Amino acid sequence: MPQTPVIEAKNLDLTFQTNDGPVQALSDISLEIRAGEFVSFIGPSGCGKTTFLRCVAALETPTGGSLSVNGMTPEAARQARAYGYVFQAAGLYPWRTIAGNIRLPLEIMGFSKAEQLSRVDKVLDLVDLTGFGGKYPWQLSGGMQQRASIARALSFDADILLMDEPFGALDEIVRDHLNEELLKLWARTGKTIGFVTHSIPEAVYLSSKIVVMSPRPGRITDVIDNPLPRERPLDIRDTPEFLAVAHRVREGLRAGHAYD
Amino acid sequence: MRRVLLPVLSVVAVIVALWYLACVPMNMHTALTEAERAGAVVSPTGAKARRDLSAIGLALRNPAQWADTLTQAKPRLPAPHQVLVELWDTTVNKKITSKRSLVFHGWVTLSATLLGFAIGTLAGIVLAIGIVHSRAMDMSVMPWAIASQTIPILAIAPMIIVVLNSLGVQGLIPKAIISAYLSFFPVVVGMVKGLRSPAGMQLDLLSTYHASRAQVFWLLRLPASVPYLFASLKVGIAASLIGAIVGELPTGAVRGLGARLLSGSYYGQTIQIWSALFATAILAAVLVALIAGVERLTLKRMGMNG
Repeated sequence: MPQTPVIEAKNLDLTFQTNDGPVQALSDISLEIRAGEFVSFIGPSGCGKTTFLRCVAALETPTGGSLSVNGMTPEAARQARAYGYVFQAAGLYPWRTIAGNIRLPLEIMGFSKAEQLSRVDKVLDLVDLTGFGGKYPWQLSGGMQQRASIARALSFDADILLMDEPFGALDEIVRDHLNEELLKLWARTGKTIGFVTHSIPEAVYLSSKIVVMSPRPGRITDVIDNPLPRERPLDIRDTPEFLAVAHRVREGLRAGHAYD
Repeated sequence: MRRVLLPVLSVVAVIVALWYLACVPMNMHTALTEAERAGAVVSPTGAKARRDLSAIGLALRNPAQWADTLTQAKPRLPAPHQVLVELWDTTVNKKITSKRSLVFHGWVTLSATLLGFAIGTLAGIVLAIGIVHSRAMDMSVMPWAIASQTIPILAIAPMIIVVLNSLGVQGLIPKAIISAYLSFFPVVVGMVKGLRSPAGMQLDLLSTYHASRAQVFWLLRLPASVPYLFASLKVGIAASLIGAIVGELPTGAVRGLGARLLSGSYYGQTIQIWSALFATAILAAVLVALIAGVERLTLKRMGMNG
């Protein structure tokens, strides 16, 4: 089977016009993401990692270069509901139960009632929240809320999952747990995942490919194919192989003057 | 409950005590004149000699007349118990069809208030939806809505009454329109804020689902605006009541709480004025409490009682 890229960016540029003059958020980004890859974007604030993800989701419009998603323009891909997007905050509606929140995209997309029910059950199980469908968001912990928001993004079964620092606001213990869960979920669903983070261990632990970015202007300084096996227990993070990859990521960040 | 009750009762007690205290000097001049006419010795003698003396000084010099200040028929400041007795008398002891029944007058005002509130709320919501969805409306309607509230209602109410009367519309409708004129504004402001309350992230999320504008409105903006709506409704219902009362003033004081206020001031019936004022305040408090109750139930049903 020929591997056509799911997401393909060529010489992508994005300049924001602000009151302080133009700001180049993305500069000459070229990248291919293939089906089933788990790609992390890492870099300091202002390196354009979130902006790139938003371009893929057609929430921002690039000012130069080309970008295709599933062989379409990002806008067409958005209209075709090609991806699920997970934001940094869970953003659940307080007036809907967990099941109601997960049903939201399904209602918008016009799934039948029976289909909605079965899909909600399925994704609740996928994120390990079975039995919590009837609860309201405020009754759940932050980590559980974020899992519900992942379930919401999975519910309509798009092939691509875009995640913008989904665990950034959670404490490290919950984060470790969710990282492990996410890997299992990726293994079970085979989705193509774009994952923004500023945690080196998180990027190395999760990804099959790590894109290191640096700011002013936002650009790619290194793309690392992660040599770690797909099966990753949490303590793989203490192995020399893991530390070697983490070291290379750190070098990439340093090369981009990201520590300035 | 007990921890709330004690401070609340203390504040009420302080207010009542201050009120009684104020009654003494306020009604002293009249009390002394009447006492003197009845043959009592007061100091100084003669209404003319007392005219320019301070009421507090007189009260201190004539402790025997203190009790008289609390029982006059037309006091400058009626005592709390006089107002209470009048309230009781004109609500419980009168048939509700009687022209002297506050329940009758209260219902006249309440019906105009409720109709005006309904019109105002509906108009406010419709305007807010327009303002949020159309930039042209945002720019053109909002300044007028604000300008409308800078016009003193006392000035515009008679004009509305007169204009509508010349068109053959009288009674409930003109009062309700004045009522609506006051109550639409807090609803517009609150609903615009509420409909715009969803954060950029929430709108982005719906954008990733390729949701239509109507879906964004019904699924996100409208439910998100509910808490703001109730805050506005509480302000709006009180404003509606004021509007209805003001609307009763220029019609010649026939029916309604406004009429009671006006006829009371025509004939120096201070007790009647104060009891009408209290009836209004109690009515407003009940209306606001009703809305607060509906708010609590609604938010609870929506699961937003976290």
